[in-house]
Amino acid sequence: MTSVALESVGFTYPDGTRALDGVDLSIPAGDAVAIIGQNGSGKSTLVRHLNGLLRPTEGRVLHDRTDVVGERVARLAAVVGIVFQNPDRQIFAGRVRAEVEFGPRILGRPPTEVARAATAALEAVGLVGLETTNPYDLGYSRRKLLSVASVLAMETPIVVLDEPTTGQDARGLARIQRVVAHLTASGRTVVAISHDMRFVAESFGRVVAMRAGRVILDGSPAVVFAAEHWADLASTYVEPPLPARVGDRLGLGSTPTDADLVEALVERH
Amino acid sequence: MAGVSYRYAGYREPVLNDIDLDLADGELVGLVGANESGKSTLCLVMSGLAPGSIGGALTGGALTIDGEAMTGRPLHEFSTRVAIGFQNSATQLSGVTGSVFEEVALGPMNLGLPARETVERVNEALATLGIDHLAEREPRRLSGGQGQLVVIASLLAMRPRHLVLDEPTAQLDPEGTRLVGEALRSMAGSGTSLLVAEHKTDLLDDVCSRVVVLDAGRVVEDDRAAAVFADPRLDDWGVAPPSRVRLARAVAARGLNPAVLA
Repeated sequence: MTSVALESVGFTYPDGTRALDGVDLSIPAGDAVAIIGQNGSGKSTLVRHLNGLLRPTEGRVLHDRTDVVGERVARLAAVVGIVFQNPDRQIFAGRVRAEVEFGPRILGRPPTEVARAATAALEAVGLVGLETTNPYDLGYSRRKLLSVASVLAMETPIVVLDEPTTGQDARGLARIQRVVAHLTASGRTVVAISHDMRFVAESFGRVVAMRAGRVILDGSPAVVFAAEHWADLASTYVEPPLPARVGDRLGLGSTPTDADLVEALVERH
Repeated sequence: MAGVSYRYAGYREPVLNDIDLDLADGELVGLVGANESGKSTLCLVMSGLAPGSIGGALTGGALTIDGEAMTGRPLHEFSTRVAIGFQNSATQLSGVTGSVFEEVALGPMNLGLPARETVERVNEALATLGIDHLAEREPRRLSGGQGQLVVIASLLAMRPRHLVLDEPTAQLDPEGTRLVGEALRSMAGSGTSLLVAEHKTDLLDDVCSRVVVLDAGRVVEDDRAAAVFADPRLDDWGVAPPSRVRLARAVAARGLNPAVLA
């Protein structure tokens, strides 16, 4: 198991865009972390630092307290798997199964392990039976699930999901929630970027809010979505989930999920 | 659309079956359904891109726009009447412009509008969506959500009579989603008819007068938004009800009166 940490990380794109501005973030092994914040606040840039796709222009990125400067992306990719926001920037194989097997194969796993991992990943996202389909004959939402499976199959200790619920219907969302729960239950670290506050509050133990390249809030859903932080959330264009707003109005404290709110109501009545 | 059926090239079975769908001027209609239920295909057919650009065949029915029979008409005749925003903004950005301002100006310029009006429209569209500050940025350097807002700004600047949007807010933060909702409402207010495919039922619940549900390529419900979102069959159709409906149900399931939420 691997912990990752960013120490005073700054990053400026070649066109001068300042995307990260002094980020300190430590993620112990086994954490389930949701990163929230307005479009362009640096969320995707941040996660690309976790596996060396981007290198900090200031500060350090640590894996198990060791600076990864100079480490090749190919080695870091065995530790941190990233599912990109846009599946079409990730998918390249002509068959669903080949796409999913590529990751573990390139990591040098033996063929039986590759096959087992690919099957497990396809089952996790519900794409069993579509192994020989061309990925581009799948709709956008299934291509997205395929890109998730491709990274799951690498069985990395850390899995990063960049807006995994985009384009998913109710069943797809439930599937993604099960994937996150399963990863967390098996002790792996999950980091997800999301604008879906219901998903964030229900599936993650820790929420990190970003604004203009900085971390402005970091805590459990009950802490981050508590009324005292709504002004900060609004400053990065985030609205707390409905049960949090209703719970506050009814004087029930911080109730970020439907289940929290219902429990608080049952206790009161 | 009257009785429209459509199948993709190389497939035997139609993806859309016998679709009846009327959009009145100024109407803002939500389109919901599970993934693969045919929402994106319906958007493509309504804008003439299917079969006009991507092939396949209309196997039945007729399309009419502003009283004109459009079935089988060439694509350019559709594109001056109906604008479309794709699901994936990365496929819609032109890739040929150096700044967001130019990207949004592309549509009005191609409509042959004078420079002064083009500039006015671009500024207005950027301001409406709160992205004036991105005007000088390179489109390909934008974040996913920023790119999506630029695509919507491009559509606003064209001021189409009819607009079809396939998940316009999928990558947007809540504030961006709210601004897009307001922009859609204001377009409807000025007479544009809009069809908006979305999984965010909270947004549709806020802005739509009417919602259409697709299931396996057929329209299974077409009614006032409030009526559709209260329908218990939504779950069977793979559609998540709006937060307020879900919360009320969660409360009722524990034997409490949902009125306690009021």
